[in-house]
Amino acid sequence: MIRFDKVTKRYPDGTEALKDVTVDLPARQLTAIIGPSGCGKTTLMKMVNKLENPTAGAIYIDDEPITGMDEVKLRRSIGYVIQRIGLFPHMTIADNVSLVPKLLNWPADKTDARSKELLQLVGLDPAVFMDRYPLELSGGQQQRVGVVRALAGDPNIVLMDEPFSALDPISREQLQDELRHLQQEIHKTIIFVTHDMDEALKIADTIIVMKDGQVEQVGTPQQLIDEPANEFVRNFIGTERINQKRSFGDRRLKEFAFFFDEDWAGEAERADAKLSVSDAYQLLEQSGKPRLAVVDEGTLVGFAGERELLKAALHVEKEATA
Amino acid sequence: MNAFFDTLVSRQDMIQDAFIEHIYLSFVAVAIGIAIALPTGVMIARYRRFAEPIIGITAIFQTIPSLALFGFLVPVLGIGSPTALIALIIYALLPILRNTYAGIVGVDGSTIEAGRGMGMTRTQILRQIELPLALPFIMAGIRTATVLTVGIATLATFVGAGGLGDIIYRGLQSYNNSLVLAGALPVALLAIGFDLILKWIEKRATPKGLKT
Repeated sequence: MIRFDKVTKRYPDGTEALKDVTVDLPARQLTAIIGPSGCGKTTLMKMVNKLENPTAGAIYIDDEPITGMDEVKLRRSIGYVIQRIGLFPHMTIADNVSLVPKLLNWPADKTDARSKELLQLVGLDPAVFMDRYPLELSGGQQQRVGVVRALAGDPNIVLMDEPFSALDPISREQLQDELRHLQQEIHKTIIFVTHDMDEALKIADTIIVMKDGQVEQVGTPQQLIDEPANEFVRNFIGTERINQKRSFGDRRLKEFAFFFDEDWAGEAERADAKLSVSDAYQLLEQSGKPRLAVVDEGTLVGFAGERELLKAALHVEKEATA
Repeated sequence: MNAFFDTLVSRQDMIQDAFIEHIYLSFVAVAIGIAIALPTGVMIARYRRFAEPIIGITAIFQTIPSLALFGFLVPVLGIGSPTALIALIIYALLPILRNTYAGIVGVDGSTIEAGRGMGMTRTQILRQIELPLALPFIMAGIRTATVLTVGIATLATFVGAGGLGDIIYRGLQSYNNSLVLAGALPVALLAIGFDLILKWIEKRATPKGLKT
């Protein structure tokens, strides 16, 4: 587990990249750090291998503070996949991949076997690719090699800094799928920085949403969609995306206030606007009353009966197919 | 034309000695120039705030007309080949220094950060990443310096350091055009020869992965 404890990063000019960040990154999971540019996500990630150092606070890996650790040794024990190329253009694929094992003084045969095994794992035939140079490969192939290179030293932790952002959409999708599958085999602690919400929702076990140097929310993709902590997170995920990923029954009553009647003279059962549509429907059925009086924090939002709910459902369906 | 060949034959020994002297002067000057400029270039690429002033100083030297520089040095160092060598070294510095600096600074920052992030030490990054990637630039600088030095070394004769300048100067004084040519032609051939050889080395020095 990686723990950030009250971490602050202040630059000499006074700007604060991180403000008192406390967050845990679970071990053996893929954690995505996401946020708009300048939110501090990359800074946070780079602190794990000491490419950036905190002005205040501490970072712990498996309860050990990294402050005292030798940075070169620490970095060799952590995989690092950089944005864009990052491969060394003057070295063959084999040399690129075996760099960290060589820094760690692994015996040559072990290094060789490991390189071949990993290349095979990402679908690159070692016999074809070992002696090639990075520029002879496509963008997607290069970034596969980048991932392989990060895994070569058998690290427990792998840092990925927007690794797929420079790829075309098709290669990006492919690599995301591959990373997902790869992670199911290797179970590393992966920290994945991205600004692409679709990517984060697709590959992450845990997502950390950041803004202005602070953590806005930590949760699983499902938690983020079901219960965005605040307006920012909701907007960042995107209402559309949230709605797409949730079934009608899971959505809240208050989202459909537009369809409710303002007046109702007959009987009505009081219902909280935060109730999910299916819970509300159940309540309506049980109460035997024709309408629900939907109340949001004390104020009446409107009256909803079966008719209103049906209208809302039809609207949602139309939205989804649009 | 015949007069020229006669001169070549009759002054063969003298020309040969001057030729060897010339090569010696140029070669030693460039070698020492590399020994100074290459590490300095690496240093100023690491400590960038020194880059401007240091390149500036060598650039100022470069603007001094070569004949004047030889003239300045004589009262200080006297005549003889050390004086000539020092002047030649000063001229060789700038191209090597500037190209080494530009070559290293030009290495993509993300490539270097990848190296740092993987746990390479500064020295490992310099040796395994920066220098190999900057090598084509450095070689181009050495090539420029060499051709320049071969040309300027003809002025070494004025500080009594010999070289092919001796032959040219003697020819000029005695209004012997054949002798001037017998000195000038080997200088030109030498410059072209060095250029070709270094160009070949430059090509070979370009990392294989960058040629595609």
